[in-house]
Amino acid sequence: MTCQEARSLLHAFLDDELDLTHSLDVQRHLDTCPACAREHSAQRALRTALRDEALYFRPPEGFTARAQAALRASAEPVGAADRAGPPSGFPWTRRLWLPAGAMAGVLAVLVVTILRLGPGAPGQSADDLLAQEVVASHIRSLMPGHLADVPSSDQHTVKPWFNGRLDFSPPVKDLAGEGFPLTGGRLDYLGGRPIAALVYERRQHIINLMVWPAPRDMDRPLTVATRQGYHLLHWTQGGMNYWAVSDLNEAELKQFVGLVSP
Amino acid sequence: MAPRALDERAVARFEESVLPQLGAAYNLARWLTRNEHDAQDLVQEALLRAFKAFHGFRGTDPRAWLLAIVRNACYTWLRRGRAQEVTTPFDEEVHTPDGDVLNPERLVLKEADTTRVRQALEELPVEFREVLVLREIEGLSYKEIATIADIPVGTVMSRLARARGRLQIGLAGPPDGGGAR
Repeated sequence: MTCQEARSLLHAFLDDELDLTHSLDVQRHLDTCPACAREHSAQRALRTALRDEALYFRPPEGFTARAQAALRASAEPVGAADRAGPPSGFPWTRRLWLPAGAMAGVLAVLVVTILRLGPGAPGQSADDLLAQEVVASHIRSLMPGHLADVPSSDQHTVKPWFNGRLDFSPPVKDLAGEGFPLTGGRLDYLGGRPIAALVYERRQHIINLMVWPAPRDMDRPLTVATRQGYHLLHWTQGGMNYWAVSDLNEAELKQFVGLVSP
Repeated sequence: MAPRALDERAVARFEESVLPQLGAAYNLARWLTRNEHDAQDLVQEALLRAFKAFHGFRGTDPRAWLLAIVRNACYTWLRRGRAQEVTTPFDEEVHTPDGDVLNPERLVLKEADTTRVRQALEELPVEFREVLVLREIEGLSYKEIATIADIPVGTVMSRLARARGRLQIGLAGPPDGGGAR
């Protein structure tokens, strides 16, 4: 075997992609040709460097869980209202690329929701239904491109963005200094009205804070619930309803709530 | 409800065979986009697309199948002009270094010099980067790489040889911020 032949097969040899005969031929050549043997060992050194575990990018914490949640949300059949339903936002709160199938889903869920709210649907309080909607909204927000309409960590960008889009002005705080950076805001639709959703992050965990006005003098203390692995914290203060939802642990989520409503 | 049961079975089957490949998918997307956030978005997007196409999947290699979808998503993203690299057509001859690329003296590799290796790999044209990532970091065979990158097996081999030559040169060049070694 000539050097040229050996070099042309060297990479396949290195990669164990040669049949036995050719492999033996290359090996014999390497045993007798110092130049080709040097190249072979250089390639092996390069391979060792590339197989360094540190070069393998691992997905961030919680990524698989988020991907799975998005997957399940997308696969959720229409009408499964005893769990988080499919997208329940109105067309104008979502973007135009909402596929027609999802639109049909929206209508079906609205019909189901209305029926359930009617006198024939006992057993679940308005809060339970709202909690379902909050979780569904949270899961939907985790799907690519759905998290924020106004991606910004600047509270002075996020707050004015809601002007003209809502009939109230949500309180927006950046809590980056406390370890909960604001990453954006979006419009959503919950409990029969458009609401402000503020997006915060804690490490790789997403926190959705949903805010809309409450009747006056209706302050309610913090209640905590868990649904589908998500923690839901709900309270009413200063004329605003708040729902915080995340896969973040409850203790840190309570810390977050303390910062939002001191 | 029958459709629901069907759906749940499909989700379970998909989760069992495709979800374990998410790490490989993310690694590939991260190398192709060179950016953590876009890699996450593209993998999620690819995963949903894969789920929709899953009923048509008859192969035996869900990893290669998912990686091909992820790769397509990444290339579409790259072509959208967020990065310049794929906007100029890839020409293997042009991108192949001159001279004796096989001279091992040019290869100055210090053990555990991961940062330099990563940097040199990230600077390669995406077509070279992708075969090296799939072969060396993901440990795939020529055949699997051929399926994912949609090129003949022979091209996988020649492209790998060229990519390695390019990487050697990148590593032999003056290290960023480093002195003579």
